[in-house]
Amino acid sequence: MTAAKPKTLYDKIWDAHLVEEAEDGTALLYIDRHLVHEVTSPQAFEGLREAGRAVRAPGRTIAVPDHNVPTDPDRAAKLDSNEESRIQLEALDRNARDFGVHYYPVDDIRQGIVHIIGPEQGWTLPGMTVVCGDSHTATHGAFGALAHGIGTSEVEHVLATQTLITSKSKNMKVQVDGTLPPGVTAKDIVLSIIAKTGTAGGTGHVIEYCGEAIRSLSMEGRMTVCNMAIEGGARAGLIAPDETTFDYVRGRTHAPKGAQWEAAMAWWQTLHSDEGAHFDKVVTLDAAEITPVVTWGTSPEDALPITGAVPDPASFEGGKVDSAKRALEYMGLKAGTRLQDIAVDTVFIGSCTNGRIEDLREVARVMEGRRVKDGIRAMIVPGSGLVRAQAEEEGIAQKLQEAGFEWRQAGCSMCLGMNPDQLAPGERCAATSNRNFEGRQGRGGRTHLMSPAMAAAAAVTGRLTDVRELA
Amino acid sequence: MDKFDKLTGIAAPLPMVNVDTDMIIPKQYLKTIKRSGLGKALFDEMRYLDDGSENPDFVLNQPAWRDSEILVAGENFGCGSSREHAPWALKDFGIRCVIAPSYADIFYNNCFKNGILPIALPQAEVDALMEEARKGANARLAVDLEAQTVTTTDGREIRFEIDPFRKHCLLNGLDDIALTLEKAPAIASYEDRVAAERPWV
Repeated sequence: MTAAKPKTLYDKIWDAHLVEEAEDGTALLYIDRHLVHEVTSPQAFEGLREAGRAVRAPGRTIAVPDHNVPTDPDRAAKLDSNEESRIQLEALDRNARDFGVHYYPVDDIRQGIVHIIGPEQGWTLPGMTVVCGDSHTATHGAFGALAHGIGTSEVEHVLATQTLITSKSKNMKVQVDGTLPPGVTAKDIVLSIIAKTGTAGGTGHVIEYCGEAIRSLSMEGRMTVCNMAIEGGARAGLIAPDETTFDYVRGRTHAPKGAQWEAAMAWWQTLHSDEGAHFDKVVTLDAAEITPVVTWGTSPEDALPITGAVPDPASFEGGKVDSAKRALEYMGLKAGTRLQDIAVDTVFIGSCTNGRIEDLREVARVMEGRRVKDGIRAMIVPGSGLVRAQAEEEGIAQKLQEAGFEWRQAGCSMCLGMNPDQLAPGERCAATSNRNFEGRQGRGGRTHLMSPAMAAAAAVTGRLTDVRELA
Repeated sequence: MDKFDKLTGIAAPLPMVNVDTDMIIPKQYLKTIKRSGLGKALFDEMRYLDDGSENPDFVLNQPAWRDSEILVAGENFGCGSSREHAPWALKDFGIRCVIAPSYADIFYNNCFKNGILPIALPQAEVDALMEEARKGANARLAVDLEAQTVTTTDGREIRFEIDPFRKHCLLNGLDDIALTLEKAPAIASYEDRVAAERPWV
């Protein structure tokens, strides 16, 4: 008997969800969890109605409004302030009820950013397939679930059939060995990876993040890393489940219980890449060399250690020369300027990348005995109503408000500025979100991506700051 | 789904790398509950000035390229957000084909669902077609999906690769939901099997 061919984690999850696969590689993949939000779903539900189709598995479908909900402390009074947003929120409400899917309305304490509440409620489990009409669905890969974004036509396809027509991606391994130095966090790891591989480095691949530095991250940190797999071009990022994962999942509302938990654990413990499994691409980083990083440009790959300076566009190659020139012009920066000399107007802490309780605790740690600098607008937008409540219970919310932060309701908020939380033209923001694209946080707004600790440090000094040197 | 078979049209040069979907259509236009009418918002921030008037420097505002049906762009086109509003905006404007060295995966998928053909060619070929495109209305490119070729005005034929299933669906304008619904028995039997093997799912 010959030994079975070693498989990657991705291979195993893929095989477990194949309904069928044609000879040309076109596959019908079963979807365990479908997350739905108000922006990319209305056209899909409308398509079902027009064709007289039902949702095949409403029990596997979870809807929540997050992208354009107001995050003002008194938001119930603000829901009508934008006509288009109101219509979109009403459409989700109607669609969720008409089609009978799980639903967390805006006034439910469990409401929040779709990628925060999926894990929080125990919907996201190891070995699952998870899709959502949102590219940051990659977040759920932190549980060893194959999770990726899809377009609205595919949302309609999954609603109608609970499957996705797709083909298998290649396997890529990103190995981060060693131990992270003090002051360096999951966000610094993932920005450093993207700086190394580029925003298209993972295109056509599913990334598995491995190595000691990844293993030692909390679930919150792992979610930060997988969340930004898409910024490195990979539709999905994965981390093999382990005790950290199981401890997080155990006891959550929709996690299995009793005998089912035991059965699930037996399978989950097989979910790791086998010794000798083939990866098409391997990238290795040494955690000891990772420093706190910030972005200077308009692509997440434009990340540098905070100790560095704005690069000269001439130092790049090919099409990147022009794009760096354009980025510096857009960002209002000159080559050679020390990153730590860049002053900011706004600090945004939140998003599906860094809006979890651990992120807020990190901010509170940095702010201990410190205040937001006068004149800086600093806002904290918890990722869910439950994160918000927990931070209030731990006393973090009160401390941060006393330190000068705005304390807001849960939602995507200024990560993409679909609600009123936007930058004005030319405004500069230290942001814990995931994209620094032109206009992302508001037309003409300038975004520098960084970790929650680094964003807190920027709030204290009013400029990009090395959190390790904060006096 | 819309068909795509052949197209002869003006190609607009957009020599930028990493054109993201926020750039193709910014967030303020994502509040619609329809798929139509987004053409006016295509490339909004580059196409319009702060006062809302057209930016005369942007390629699609220039007389030679106002009626473009093809876009020639740099690598990693369509990166970022999964918003299908990006291909909806391209199509509503009149763009039916994009030519670039590479695409982000989700955008690439979304194109096929909307009758848009994204063609990937080596950088050198894209560079040559970019030069062609700069000639504006005088240089029309001919795209033939069946033959998998792009032909320039001087008759040079460039072959491109495409996944056979996607090609088949695009050529015939197939509704893939209807196709999959025909496989309902296979889906049901998968569900039965998993209900026994992994009942917690």
